[in-house]
Amino acid sequence: MRRYQTPSQTVGPFFAYGLVPEQYGYRFTSIADHAVAAPATEGTHIRIIGQVLDGEATPIPDALLEFWQANAHGRYNHAADERQDNLLDPDFLGFGRTGTGTSADASFQIDTVKPGAVGEGQAPHINVVVLMRGMLTHAFTRIYFSDEEALNAVDPALANVPENRRATLIGKRDEASAGTYRFDIRMQGERETVFFDI
Amino acid sequence: MSEQRMDWTSHPPHVHPDYKSTVLRGPTKPLIAIDHRLSELTGPVYGHDSVGPLDADLTKNGQRNGEPLGERIIVTGRVVDEDDRPQPDTLVEIWQANAAGRYIHEIDQHAAPIDPNFLGAGRCVTDGEGRYRYITIKPGAYPWKNHYNAWRPNHIHLSLFGPSFTSRLVTQMYFPGDPLLDLDPIFNAVPEAARERLISSFAIDVTEPEFALGYVFDIVLRGPQVTPAED
Ligand SMILES: [Fe+3]
Repeated sequence: MRRYQTPSQTVGPFFAYGLVPEQYGYRFTSIADHAVAAPATEGTHIRIIGQVLDGEATPIPDALLEFWQANAHGRYNHAADERQDNLLDPDFLGFGRTGTGTSADASFQIDTVKPGAVGEGQAPHINVVVLMRGMLTHAFTRIYFSDEEALNAVDPALANVPENRRATLIGKRDEASAGTYRFDIRMQGERETVFFDI
Repeated sequence: MSEQRMDWTSHPPHVHPDYKSTVLRGPTKPLIAIDHRLSELTGPVYGHDSVGPLDADLTKNGQRNGEPLGERIIVTGRVVDEDDRPQPDTLVEIWQANAAGRYIHEIDQHAAPIDPNFLGAGRCVTDGEGRYRYITIKPGAYPWKNHYNAWRPNHIHLSLFGPSFTSRLVTQMYFPGDPLLDLDPIFNAVPEAARERLISSFAIDVTEPEFALGYVFDIVLRGPQVTPAED
């Protein structure tokens, strides 16, 4: 029997105490937070900071971002990734979640490790789900890295993106602060972030 | 349907002007299709060890000095894919207003009482047949500022991961016969033919005598998965 997809609805303004309670100080446990990697996780530890901006470039304080990534060896912690040559890291699931409502400037910050390239020809990237009040259906984007120019140039997903929009997907290494990347998400406008149909 | 892309005959559009905050927040440029590779065909898996003993009983997990007020209900259903295959071991997270229509969230300024014994958040993992089950309090309707005299119908928010990143779903469950549904821009942003899928049904066989009314809400996730592109 064919069933039809349950429609998406907005996460609304009040998701914090259900989905990221510890970040916001509610008395419920969080399944995930901004610390995608633990101190013991193998790889190069990095921090990604940014803001989510609306069509008037105003930072959005009630967005929820989710991050899913491969480990430093390029392996996903999931049964569908069966490649034995890329090692699993017992200290790394690869999922993070954070709201933009607990900092004065509505910024987000995640602490993680730089993912390895998942397969031949693909550039390292972090998969992102964007949810907020005012979004009826979530959007998918990716964070690539400014210091991976050679791999970015051949990445098959980036290749589908018009050249003049690719920069919206590149996290920029902060030369003043080692291991920190800046990645803003613009919902609309001239520099609207590329969102993927996956 | 074999493409397994977002089914826009089921989901609301990014910009729906009747829901005012979509106007500056919904993406307006075309989405860019990419092949499904491991990034899309994997996703976080949270097993039964991520769920505490009271997490699926919202009448108990927020108690401080007594029982929460309101009408106790049981909400249950199956999580399946489009081929009606059960989705076991899927994390289902929920959050909702209390019986008076007030969220515990700090930014909810609706002048209705907070219930000191009700948190309004819970989670559970589906069993081998894809079934989930919560005990909670029926949420009240609440006003919002979208337009004059705007009220959200009674609803429970749900968040599901499913087997991969492509099956991620955040939705809301409504109650049968709610007169506010016809007036709600969030519900009505959904294509008309798909709206009824968001309305739970009352079920006497889920109802427990002397305890709680039962509602059934099945959830259909995107799938089955296509073969990944060659890397
Ligand atoms: Fe709500």
